[in-house]
Amino acid sequence: MTIYGVALLAICTLLGALLGDVLGVGLGVKTNVGGVGIAMMLLMAGRIWLMRKGALTHGLKLGIEFWAALYIPIVVAMAATQNVVAAVSGGPVVLIAGAGGVAICLAATALLIRFSRPPIARHNRAQEAHAARVISGAAE
Amino acid sequence: MNEIIPRLFNEHGLVASFALVGIVMWISYQISKHLTFGRIHGSAIAIVLGLILAYFGGLATGGKTGIADIPLFAGMGLLGGAMLRDFAIVATAFEVDVAEAKKAGLLGAIALALGTVLPFIFGAGVAFAFGYTDSVSITTIGAGAITYIVGPVTGSALGASSPVMALSIATGVFKAVLVMTGTPFVARSIGLNDARSAMAFGGLMGTVSGVTGGLAATDPKLVPYGALTATFHSGLGCLVAPSLLYFAVRAIMGA
Repeated sequence: MTIYGVALLAICTLLGALLGDVLGVGLGVKTNVGGVGIAMMLLMAGRIWLMRKGALTHGLKLGIEFWAALYIPIVVAMAATQNVVAAVSGGPVVLIAGAGGVAICLAATALLIRFSRPPIARHNRAQEAHAARVISGAAE
Repeated sequence: MNEIIPRLFNEHGLVASFALVGIVMWISYQISKHLTFGRIHGSAIAIVLGLILAYFGGLATGGKTGIADIPLFAGMGLLGGAMLRDFAIVATAFEVDVAEAKKAGLLGAIALALGTVLPFIFGAGVAFAFGYTDSVSITTIGAGAITYIVGPVTGSALGASSPVMALSIATGVFKAVLVMTGTPFVARSIGLNDARSAMAFGGLMGTVSGVTGGLAATDPKLVPYGALTATFHSGLGCLVAPSLLYFAVRAIMGA
């Protein structure tokens, strides 16, 4: 049943928020500490548990996937309800933080790729290309 | 008519906002397809349009909640509020396959850790340089430099102000657009040409729409590998930004 999926998602979200709040109190800060992240891990654990029990039905999945599919539209609504006028007067923080963050991450990617590539990998190109086809669904 | 329509929108606030966001999404995907030839993902354009709507809503009313200040669109406040947002973000974790994740292995883990911490430090530094001295604002803007999801999730967990949240979202969206459009140009020079490099790239750059868009424009075979690590990025960010990273900022700033 679809509602089972929605209910599972709701329970995970509530438990995550609760644990995040409890963690916040325990750590002496007045905030929710990682509640959404905790809820995501609970949901991933729930999915594995249901799969092992063979209870991961189409309806149940639908109840969760519907909300996952609505996540970008909800983010659009969130963006449309922020105090952008005040943010714009805040100056070029956005441009600098965004562009700088991308530049640093690109540099780190280049370094990580260079240092992580074992010499053997060069011979495995064909195998990797095949794996890529398998994952993208173009081959068995 | 002048009375009926506002009342209709008032009574059906949430339903009206579904319709409005649907129209915004449709316009955005048309712009993406016909004006940018798919180079910039429709979702990024939609978020930018959302921010623009919020700007004009704020100008028109002088209020603080963007387009929701216009009574006709008050329902947007509910659809875009923290409750449904967190609910939908948690739902995205359902798509993550843990067995797939193990394939990314150590390289993916290192890339994810760096991809969370590096942009955060930079974004937090920029926020400080622009005069933000409270830990909550600095953390929220730094989190926005991770992705446009991590920013507002962190901001509302910590209780950041709306202007800071807007800055945080805009930073994340700008990052996503840069990754989408810039990747094909830098792919060769950073060595982005196989599965391993795509996984490192996905973990470091984060933003799923940016990574998949950028890799698709570079080499479509690399998309699933980049997406594999990138999907963990927002989850990891939502977990550590309002906790470990916030505590680190508090320890440095003293409050």
